[in-house]
Amino acid sequence: MITANNNKAPALSVEGLCVEFRTRSGIVRALENVSFSVGKGETIALVGESGSGKSVTAYAVMGILDPAGRVTAGRAVLGGLDLLSAKPSQLAEARGRDIAMIFQNPRTALNPIRPVGRQIADVLIRHGNVPRREAPAQAVEMLRAVGITDPARRAKAYPFEMSGGMCQRVMIAIALAAKPSLLIADEPTTGLDVTTQAVIMDLIGDLASKMGMATIFITHDLALAGQRSARIVVMHAGHVVENAPTGDLFVHPRHPYTAELIAATPDSAPSLDELAAIPGSLPDLRRADLPPCRYSERCPRKIDACAQSLPRPEPGATHFVACWNPLPMAQSAPVAAATTETAA
Amino acid sequence: MTDIAASAPRESGVTALIKHARYVLSENPVTGFAFALFVLIVLAAALGPHIVPYDPLASDTVEALKPPSAHHWFGTDQLGRDVFSRVVVATRLDFFIAVASVALVFLMGGLAGVAAGFFGGWTDRIVGRIADTIMAFPLFVLAMGIVAALGNTVQNIILATAIVNFPLYARIARAEANIRREAGFVEAARLSGNSDWRILTFQILPNVFPILVVQMSLTMGYAILNAAGLSFIGLGVRPPTPEWGIMVADGAAFMVSGEWWNATFPGAALMIAVFCFNLLGDGLRDLVDPRRRT
Amino acid sequence: MLTMILKRFLMAIPSLIGVVVVTFLLTRALPGDPAAYFAGPAATPQAIQEIRVKLGLDKPLIVQFGRYVDDLAHGNLGTSLTTGQPVTTELRNRLPASAELTLFGLIVSIVIAVPLGILAATRPNSPIDHACRIVSTAGVSLPVFFTGLILVYVFYYQLGWAPAPLGRLDVFYTEPPHVTGFYLIDSLIAHDPETFVAALKQLILPALTLGIFSLAPIARMTRASMLAVLSSDFVRTARASGLSSYTVIVTYAFRNAMLPVITTLGMVFSFLLGANVLVEKVFAWPGIGSYAVEALLASDFAPVQGFVLTMAVMYVLLNLGIDVLYGLIDPRVRLEA
Repeated sequence: MITANNNKAPALSVEGLCVEFRTRSGIVRALENVSFSVGKGETIALVGESGSGKSVTAYAVMGILDPAGRVTAGRAVLGGLDLLSAKPSQLAEARGRDIAMIFQNPRTALNPIRPVGRQIADVLIRHGNVPRREAPAQAVEMLRAVGITDPARRAKAYPFEMSGGMCQRVMIAIALAAKPSLLIADEPTTGLDVTTQAVIMDLIGDLASKMGMATIFITHDLALAGQRSARIVVMHAGHVVENAPTGDLFVHPRHPYTAELIAATPDSAPSLDELAAIPGSLPDLRRADLPPCRYSERCPRKIDACAQSLPRPEPGATHFVACWNPLPMAQSAPVAAATTETAA
Repeated sequence: MTDIAASAPRESGVTALIKHARYVLSENPVTGFAFALFVLIVLAAALGPHIVPYDPLASDTVEALKPPSAHHWFGTDQLGRDVFSRVVVATRLDFFIAVASVALVFLMGGLAGVAAGFFGGWTDRIVGRIADTIMAFPLFVLAMGIVAALGNTVQNIILATAIVNFPLYARIARAEANIRREAGFVEAARLSGNSDWRILTFQILPNVFPILVVQMSLTMGYAILNAAGLSFIGLGVRPPTPEWGIMVADGAAFMVSGEWWNATFPGAALMIAVFCFNLLGDGLRDLVDPRRRT
Repeated sequence: MLTMILKRFLMAIPSLIGVVVVTFLLTRALPGDPAAYFAGPAATPQAIQEIRVKLGLDKPLIVQFGRYVDDLAHGNLGTSLTTGQPVTTELRNRLPASAELTLFGLIVSIVIAVPLGILAATRPNSPIDHACRIVSTAGVSLPVFFTGLILVYVFYYQLGWAPAPLGRLDVFYTEPPHVTGFYLIDSLIAHDPETFVAALKQLILPALTLGIFSLAPIARMTRASMLAVLSSDFVRTARASGLSSYTVIVTYAFRNAMLPVITTLGMVFSFLLGANVLVEKVFAWPGIGSYAVEALLASDFAPVQGFVLTMAVMYVLLNLGIDVLYGLIDPRVRLEA
């Protein structure tokens, strides 16, 4: 089982990450002061609705932001190296070898005209200190390790000849080929059927614990995050709003937004008639007059302090919440009843 | 705020188009430049013979092969004719060839294409076969063959250019007609008793026109190059008619011995005209469909 | 793999049939008397009548077509009036000259256009990107024969760097012993570096002219294709895996980007084969293009017909070759069930 390691040096520590995008209609402040850390071998989840900035965070850390995006502040320290200020050559070394990423839409994420075995071998040759001659054989072994049957034959196949689930396995093989210490999985099961989803998640979990690898799951599915991770980081409109161990988060959500998210998750409603929606919508991130708390405009618990500033994350805190008026700890059930009334 | 919006008068289609055109031109000065150049070309074509200093056909062997000077801005050719006058007067013929070719291919290709897209079935297959057969030839070679077979007159050059561009127009028109086959206004026209051919000519073809107009501008450039190329190998306009391609052909021999002005000025005129039509085509594309900007 | 080639070949057959029919019609649909065309402008009425019978032009059209196809099957394209030689023989003799020129021009074009397109895509909005865009727009506006003339004027007349545009070899050299008909290759086979250099010098300007002409579509397509591929998901994966710049740009991006460019080559060949004729005239290149042009001037029709037919057949085969090449690179086309 994956445990939180708060007393050892983290695998990755993101501090004060700020990212901007230049667009035709203005500057989008996509991320502001994003901070969290992942312990060695720990599995955490980055959760939020579309547009919350969770993928942007991952892309910024990996250094593969769209050219219109810029990191304006912050650090992302991986094994002593700040990825955000590293030289391109150092970054290229770290990618694949120390930190790796898998993406959604596995079929389009693979080179369509290159056999999958070669794609794995490319990474092995680049990072794995494997002589060229042995790379193909090792690639076959990687395919076997991710559960692909008849790997020797499959290694010569092309992505279009494989199912979505198999392509995702190949992507996992590519990512883990050089045995990185951290894997970022961006919505790895979107687009796959439910059975395959479970299988893929199990696979990632098994490999992670076998390799002692830390994992960051990026997902909009709170239930999935709850099942697979030890700690959950909730994001909203480019901010980290809550950061807590999984159990605590579901039993004692403190940020109003987290509570809404939990209430909106289909699992927690007794019947589908009672699906709660979160009132309001994401603020326009191009506005110059955004309040410090980007949830405040749609928040039922707003107070005057919310218009002035936002709480800073405290390093070492087990349960962080970016709110001046968080839900009381004593409350053991989320605020489902009140919110369905306001939504109706 | 709503009051202001409600009180602003609705602009008519033409005014809106002009405003949009002005916006596009201001965003993209190159298109404005191309448009100005286009106007210049049209003026030269229209007024050419009346404003040139010399008679383009008047030869004066004493003045033969003189370099550009104050008397003869572009110099004189081997028969003593003023090159400047010939270049300007040639604008009319080349422009006419371009416009006529494009009009013909729009009618031929456009109608055939919309018919193919609208009716489907055998019409589609036949038009497709014709287009494929034309495309099996290198285009200039086919034009050569057609003009060689039918004789080198201006009409045949125009016909050859139209035939060679037929497949492209047919394909675009067919695609558009396919989309519009089931459109509401087509159904309405049918219900009010219009025959299919009336619908095609008066409803669908005009709708296809904006898409094709971008291609037509580019084809105008191609038509001039084609006519010039044919003239260069003796399949074009007959001397002494001034036409840019034939002037370059005549002047080619003299380029090698240093009398550059004979061929260079008509060649430059060719380049400028084609360049103008290409830029105009790109600009028109922005006007008609900003999504397709490259 | 072989099935794909065979399938493509079968699909090319209707085109070949169409080409044969059209070239037949081009002569038989002539206004006036076809016999007069084949007899030549100086023929007497008797000679015209003889030709008419000899060529079967007095028979019904279907019978004529049958004879035409039969002649073609036997490689008979008629006889040239001006030289008295069979058209087929002359075309065969002159084909290597045109092929060498076109091939060299295409190589020049690709060698300049593809790197230009790649650099323009990997360095957006840089000077090289603007240069690429200017080249692409200007390239389609230049009349190819004019470019050739300007090049001759600048590099031969003014600078004296290039030799006179008088054909494949300067008068002082003799052609190398015939193996392929390509002077560059044959001179190397014959261990004759001097002739090689002489042939190369004559080839540079005309090939450059053709190259400049076909640069534009190739550069534009390469740039557009690379731009699209560089922002694709799988390039993102390759970058995220830390693969080297070279691997990402060349092995991953470029190979995928080349696919639309190869498709564009079909159109480029159409332009090139046409431009070939014009360039051969400017540089007095003894290829099949100038053969046809000379015949045209003398109203000698059989060579022109043979030329059009040959060019069209070559074009169909070239397109077939391009399809096969595409299939070699893109397994999705090859492995269709």
